[in-house]
Amino acid sequence: MTAPTAPAAATREAYPVALAQLVEQGIDVVALDADLSASTMGYQFGDKYPERWHSVGIAEANMVDIAAGYAAAGKTAFVASFASFLPGRCFDQLRTSVAQPKGGLSVKCVASHGGVTVGEDGASAQALEDLTLMTSLIPFDVIVPADYESARQAIIAVGKTTRPAYVRTGRPKIAALYDASYRFEIGKATVLRPGNDVTLIACGILVGIALEAANLLSNEGVSARVIDMATIKPIDRDAVLAAARETSAIVTAEEHQTHGGLGTAVARVLAENLPTPIAFVGVDRYGTSGKWDELLGYFGLTAEHIAASARDVIARKR
Amino acid sequence: MPTTLAPVSIAELTEVAKRVRSHIVQMVFDAQSGHPGGSLSSVEIGVSLFWNHLRCDPANAEWPDRDRFILSKGHATPFLYSVLAERGFFSTELLRKFRTLGSPLQGHPSMGAVPGVEMSSGSLGQGLSFAIGHALSGRLDRKDFRCWVLMGDGELNEGQVWEAAQAVPHFDLGDRVIAMVDRNGIQNDGFGDKIMKIHPAEMWRGFGWHVIECDGHDMAAVDQALAEAEKPHEKPRVVVAQTVKGKGVSYMENNPGFHGKAPTKDQLIQALEEIAGGLK
Repeated sequence: MTAPTAPAAATREAYPVALAQLVEQGIDVVALDADLSASTMGYQFGDKYPERWHSVGIAEANMVDIAAGYAAAGKTAFVASFASFLPGRCFDQLRTSVAQPKGGLSVKCVASHGGVTVGEDGASAQALEDLTLMTSLIPFDVIVPADYESARQAIIAVGKTTRPAYVRTGRPKIAALYDASYRFEIGKATVLRPGNDVTLIACGILVGIALEAANLLSNEGVSARVIDMATIKPIDRDAVLAAARETSAIVTAEEHQTHGGLGTAVARVLAENLPTPIAFVGVDRYGTSGKWDELLGYFGLTAEHIAASARDVIARKR
Repeated sequence: MPTTLAPVSIAELTEVAKRVRSHIVQMVFDAQSGHPGGSLSSVEIGVSLFWNHLRCDPANAEWPDRDRFILSKGHATPFLYSVLAERGFFSTELLRKFRTLGSPLQGHPSMGAVPGVEMSSGSLGQGLSFAIGHALSGRLDRKDFRCWVLMGDGELNEGQVWEAAQAVPHFDLGDRVIAMVDRNGIQNDGFGDKIMKIHPAEMWRGFGWHVIECDGHDMAAVDQALAEAEKPHEKPRVVVAQTVKGKGVSYMENNPGFHGKAPTKDQLIQALEEIAGGLK
């Protein structure tokens, strides 16, 4: 693991930076927003490259199909909104117009404000379904970066493929896990901490929290491996199976419901290859208002809860 | 340089339209499924467009400077595939495989399956938005191609059409995106006036469009309307073509029962005879 010195930053802040870097690298990028660009940070790209950015007003369905048309004409088309509206307000457009054409069109969704850490806006703004929906669209890559650097590299990575992709970012500023020496690769997990007794597999903001859980467990003499599973689809089967073989107990943790999402994807790999005791940490009820860190506690997305789940699953080892 | 075939005479276009109508009823009969009514109502629009207005090259369907024809009313595939085949994008023989296992001619358009299909559609209301994306890309690349979008009148029930309708004038795309509405008055469940009564011309005007109305089965009138739509104007243009669902086959005309139903063998024979006799 690297020892990052970067200041805390929100993953959403990486979006306009990555887009500009893609343009600088010669990728024919365009980007669209639906009246939330001050929050998705898309406006910063628009300020820099006005001819490559449009606001379509509050019209997510129109936005996605405009991006599909752009992609059909050869562009790499990004769309941004909150994860509650992208895909919530435009799932059919993503399915019919983006996913179904042969191989999928090169449309990249960067959905900010994922999960309960949206905070005070409450349930309607707190996406807990987006990963379930987006992993169901066949050609899409689905990625949930854990910090700013990872988000920056993930957005650049999806901008360089011809496949459609969904990248979920978050609202709060969180601690850096990686520095510039990190190399993000679609479909490759990162082992952030070695361990033999249990593996904590997390994505997004839960990766940092899983590292705290591993510290708690370490104090009890439990050796927990921590994996950043940034790519949920295609999932890193080798990393999951190595963890199952070597630790025989798995806990998944995500800022999302557990029906679909990271836990479901990990469980499927295990069920098909190496059935292993597993516990799921997620949010299986609708959100509410509160400060983002209070909400993590309210919904059990905490180091203490992950550690407790780890003890439970270790007890279930045969 | 591949462009339109214009000027093709109205008499010649009328003969092409007969062949297209015959393909439509034959395809739906062969497949024993599909959407004949809304295909027959679009024929004059499609034939005038593909022979006299749309800049395209059937031998090089991906030509970057081509005009795009986007079928937003995706269920009208018997119409789309017949027009594409007659125009030379693929063999008319392929039409016999419509809706069969392994055929590229799915029940609704699948982008990339055959040359000339610009968009995967079938879920209504999305074509105009898709055209905006193509048009913005054309502007960015300093190309001058147009996007022609064909919608049904029932399709105008979909809210997304109006998201796109407000965006075309906002983005000043009137010279790049032309909308066409097949106003046949019938949708899946029956007559549109009973299901959701709308006033297309007033709605488009309210969204800042210049509305060009025409008799959608008078080939000369359609040809003239499309020509007018190509002319520069301060507003984007929409052609609202008054049509008859099932046009050209007496028992299908204005009959909601043939929105999505195949004819019997006897009905097919009658249909082919009536089509050969020309429109009444």
